[in-house]
Amino acid sequence: MTFRNKRRTAVNNVMLSLTGVFAFLTVTILILILGYLVYNGVTSLNVAFFTKLPVGPGQAGGGIANAIIGSVLVVAVASLFGLPIGFLSGVYLAEFGAGTKFAYVVRYTADLLNGVPSIVIGIFAWTVVVKPMHHYSAFAGSIALSLMLIPITARSTEQFLLEVPRAMREGALALGASKWKAIATVIVPAARKGILTGMILGVARISGESAPLLFTALGNQYWCRGLMDQTSTLPVMIYKLATSPYDDWHQQAWAAGLILLGLVLIANITARVVLTRGASVPKG
Amino acid sequence: MASPAAVTQPRKKALSERLRGGDMVAYLLTIFFATLILLVTVYIVYELWMYSLPTLKKFGFSFIGGQIWDPNPDKNVYGALPFIYGTLVTSIVALLISVPLGVGAAIYLSELAEQKLSNILTFLVELLAAVPSVIYGLLAIFTLVPLMRDYIGPFLEKFLGWTPFFQSPIYGTGYLTAGLVLAVMTFPFIISVSREALMAVPREQREAALALGATQWESTYQIVLPYAKLGIIGSVFLGLARALGETMAVTMVIGNDTHIHASLLNQGYTIAALVANEFNEAGDVQGPALVELCLVLFVMTMLINAGARLMITLTTSKGSARA
Repeated sequence: MTFRNKRRTAVNNVMLSLTGVFAFLTVTILILILGYLVYNGVTSLNVAFFTKLPVGPGQAGGGIANAIIGSVLVVAVASLFGLPIGFLSGVYLAEFGAGTKFAYVVRYTADLLNGVPSIVIGIFAWTVVVKPMHHYSAFAGSIALSLMLIPITARSTEQFLLEVPRAMREGALALGASKWKAIATVIVPAARKGILTGMILGVARISGESAPLLFTALGNQYWCRGLMDQTSTLPVMIYKLATSPYDDWHQQAWAAGLILLGLVLIANITARVVLTRGASVPKG
Repeated sequence: MASPAAVTQPRKKALSERLRGGDMVAYLLTIFFATLILLVTVYIVYELWMYSLPTLKKFGFSFIGGQIWDPNPDKNVYGALPFIYGTLVTSIVALLISVPLGVGAAIYLSELAEQKLSNILTFLVELLAAVPSVIYGLLAIFTLVPLMRDYIGPFLEKFLGWTPFFQSPIYGTGYLTAGLVLAVMTFPFIISVSREALMAVPREQREAALALGATQWESTYQIVLPYAKLGIIGSVFLGLARALGETMAVTMVIGNDTHIHASLLNQGYTIAALVANEFNEAGDVQGPALVELCLVLFVMTMLINAGARLMITLTTSKGSARA
């Protein structure tokens, strides 16, 4: 082999191995994150952690029950708005508006809305909900999160509807079904697993958001007394605990982090593996 | 696509008849919500603009160039430059690390790995992208910050301290730490979008290069990468837009210093972090100033996102089979 060819082979081997190393680096990072969270968080997990209110620094016991309930409330209400609106917009994009200029504009806007920094969404929700009402509320947080959920759901619904074979649509229409009947009884059911996957992933994504809740749901040391009351949520709670100067709060931050990451990953794995094998969702 | 609706509506029906048929109702319902997406997005811009009008009027363009941020009631001076600088610097640091890593990993996933392994790794990459930002912040505070303070920072200062970028003081928090966290967060996005762009490169391109005697790396570097260039640049822009707007993880490790520092080891501030820290207690002038910063951030990410989407659409829509 000439020197030139030896060098070419060497470059080939080095660069290709390097790409492999980079790829496996992602796995390492994921394992490190998970491992470190479990290692630090698991010791603080006990029944009280799930059932009690937070206590001050230096006091033993206490939990983050109010933050768990708060998160569930805020995310549930956000889903109540975000999922149907996103779903119906997705149906428009894939079915009624397919090929039209207007659908193109809406699709592009949905992608842009999806890319708006979450802190900006939080500020927006503050100006339209918190400011006119003069108080922070779980409801304002839900509005902020639903604004993030709508474009995600719309785009994933659209994507999975488009994957339904054309023959199925035409079959339904040929049998005399009107367009909406074909959509409601044939096309959407055929894509339901994918649509559900997209929804679960969307809800998992907003469950981990803290920035939009900082100026809306705010936080609360006690139980949240309803949708119009301010409330503590898991992500914001983790932020407050982690940035506090107290060691026992740091411990709680690890445990809360473990719970949050656990929930988000379980939702992701369930959605991707159980419902749609190998399905991918829109990035962004 | 030819509209299948034409099949069901061979003749023009009366409005009442079409409403009864349900098609019109379903159409109006879905287009209403689709329009809502459009309106909300426009309304976000309008609302940010209206709320920041006082500072827009008061400071004008000097807001962008101003270097002093002093909410003290008898000063009330607001300049955005330190935060725009911090936002850009942390994002650029992040991309300098995550682009080579991400594109490299994407090459492995699309060109080298067996389909099965590639799928498993891609799945893990997507899980990594799902980790909430506050979790990254939590980990960074307790692992990366001490590491930076005690080992990486002093090491960099010792060997690169002659440049203005790696000088003491070393706090552990700061531009470089935030950049590293952002690198880990943008990495999965760059991988999964680049991988798709690479997989859209026609198989013939690779085979032609190999048949002409190119090594696999030469085929990848000189043929496949240029072919997928736009898609990869798009993925980088997408990563950049995320890095610019990332809030929680950065807020936790940036150090909250409202001055501009050349040294990456020093503490700084980003737009998102400043808004997160100060908005709830902001005064009459400070509040609108913070919202104006949000507007700046919004416009930055919008432009980058719009460009990224365009480039990704251009490459992946060319479409083709996997190699």
